Amino acid sequence: MLELIDVHKTFNLGTINEKKALNGVDLQLEEGDFVTVIGGNGAGKSTVLNAIAGVWPIDSGRILIDAEDVTGFPEHKRAAVLGRVFQDPMTGTTATMEIQENLALAARRGKRRGLSWGITKKERKEYKELLAKLDLGLEDRMTSKVGLLSGGQRQALTLLMATLKKPKLLLLDEHTAALDPKTAAKVLELSEQMITEHNLTAMMVTHNMRDAIVHGNRLIMMNEGRVILDIRGEEKKKLTVEDLLKKFEEVSGEEFASDKALLG
Amino acid sequence: MLSLIPVLGALDVTALVRALPGNVSQGLIWGLMSIGVYITYKILNFADLTVDGTLATGGAVTVMLILAGYPPVVAVFMAFLAGMTAGFITGVLHTVFGIPDILAGILTQIALYSINLNITGGRANQAVSVDQFNLFVSLRYISKTILVTGLITAAVIAALYWFFGTEMGFTIRATGCNPNMSRAQGINTSRAKVIALIFSNGLVGFAGGILAQYQGNCDVNMGRGAIVIGLASVIIGEVIGEAIFGNKLNFAARLLFVSVGSIIYYIVISFVCWLGLPSIDLKLFSAIVVAVFLAVPYLKGKSKNSYRRAAKGGAR
Repeated sequence: MLELIDVHKTFNLGTINEKKALNGVDLQLEEGDFVTVIGGNGAGKSTVLNAIAGVWPIDSGRILIDAEDVTGFPEHKRAAVLGRVFQDPMTGTTATMEIQENLALAARRGKRRGLSWGITKKERKEYKELLAKLDLGLEDRMTSKVGLLSGGQRQALTLLMATLKKPKLLLLDEHTAALDPKTAAKVLELSEQMITEHNLTAMMVTHNMRDAIVHGNRLIMMNEGRVILDIRGEEKKKLTVEDLLKKFEEVSGEEFASDKALLG
Repeated sequence: MLSLIPVLGALDVTALVRALPGNVSQGLIWGLMSIGVYITYKILNFADLTVDGTLATGGAVTVMLILAGYPPVVAVFMAFLAGMTAGFITGVLHTVFGIPDILAGILTQIALYSINLNITGGRANQAVSVDQFNLFVSLRYISKTILVTGLITAAVIAALYWFFGTEMGFTIRATGCNPNMSRAQGINTSRAKVIALIFSNGLVGFAGGILAQYQGNCDVNMGRGAIVIGLASVIIGEVIGEAIFGNKLNFAARLLFVSVGSIIYYIVISFVCWLGLPSIDLKLFSAIVVAVFLAVPYLKGKSKNSYRRAAKGGAR
């Protein structure tokens, strides 16, 4: 489904701020994989997601989605097969447009956008039903501007937008990190529900080790721009946070750049 | 200011009233241009300074074509196309060559100054007489001008209302508000920007064509400060529209209020001239008006949220 082959990326090459962000990432995802991604600050977790999404071109290596080489595709072209939710709730939606208009934008991902109506009557009905399922009361506020919603509501909407047109790959970039614990739990539950319901292949970056263990069928740990740990199936189910910390020390030869906060 | 008071008594109020229809027709024409500015400034979030050049280009193209014997309708259509080309160039400078928005606009604007002089055969202005040609607006026929430009404004608003409700219109609105999200939703934001600049400048070029017919000539300097007048109209219209209708203002009404803003702008200008402001100070006055209208919402927000207020213990 997704294949990363020896992906490298260095930021600010040749300057004092030079940073090797990705240092030969190799990763293969099977269809239906739900991978959680953990690692310390600057390990390259979000960078991997951005590389897949094509936010910038990579320096070397290949990126294949569903056997198609997308390495040379710009961000808006790759969007056709990707669903994305970001850390900042403000970034995933368009504040000055209505809730239903935002959904309509997402529904046309990967399609040519011409001079037919930006949103149709039939769509409005569909969106109302989908919003009702979120159980946030948004179905009664379809024509409200998204800027009026709370962070949690916006994140739930972004999630719905990301999965509205079934993506080949769903990328969740610490999408609950900016929410209060209760809302974060709700959005996470919603994510899990959508991934199961649509049988999506997904990658979720998180700072919370417990979440990383509980969710998904596979867990990867990154350090210094590389995947240093890849645990799946039964082995993952038995994992504990302590195991993870120990494994990190074994593999990287250093202590996890963390504190108790990371334990969740 | 005090010295003005005895002067006021001597002022002729009927002169002010007599000027009103002229202000309205002028406001409607500049309103068309201001709607073009609205597309870039408000929807695309792009301060496009191309318009100062584009307006004069539209005027030059129109006058030269009419003088060459083309019907005025064809001439303003060509002015529209010429404006679109200017917008396209600014768009390419910005999206392909990475030049910041304001600078890209200024570069095109300066280039257009030479181009406009080339269009007019090297002359700073060219006259086109309503007596010789069948122009569709003229300051000699004010009521006809108001009718014609009023109908054009209505048609433009209807067309834009439709366009920004289409899929392509959605891409421009989304790009203006949140380009990162737009790309994540598969929108080619560079393309959206270029399209918006093309239509905006097309409309400004068209307005230049109408304005040149109205004043009976084109002038290489006729667009100087156009962006300021456009911004003034957009902001005045917005303030008044929101004061009357609050948040219920829909998109078509917002565009209509841009036109209203432009008319009010010209009434105010006419009023201050009537009060005795020398015409050489008009641009200074315009700049101050726009600065004040831009500053007030910011300062109002700040007064509710300032360090000084916090220091006082947040007294209400």
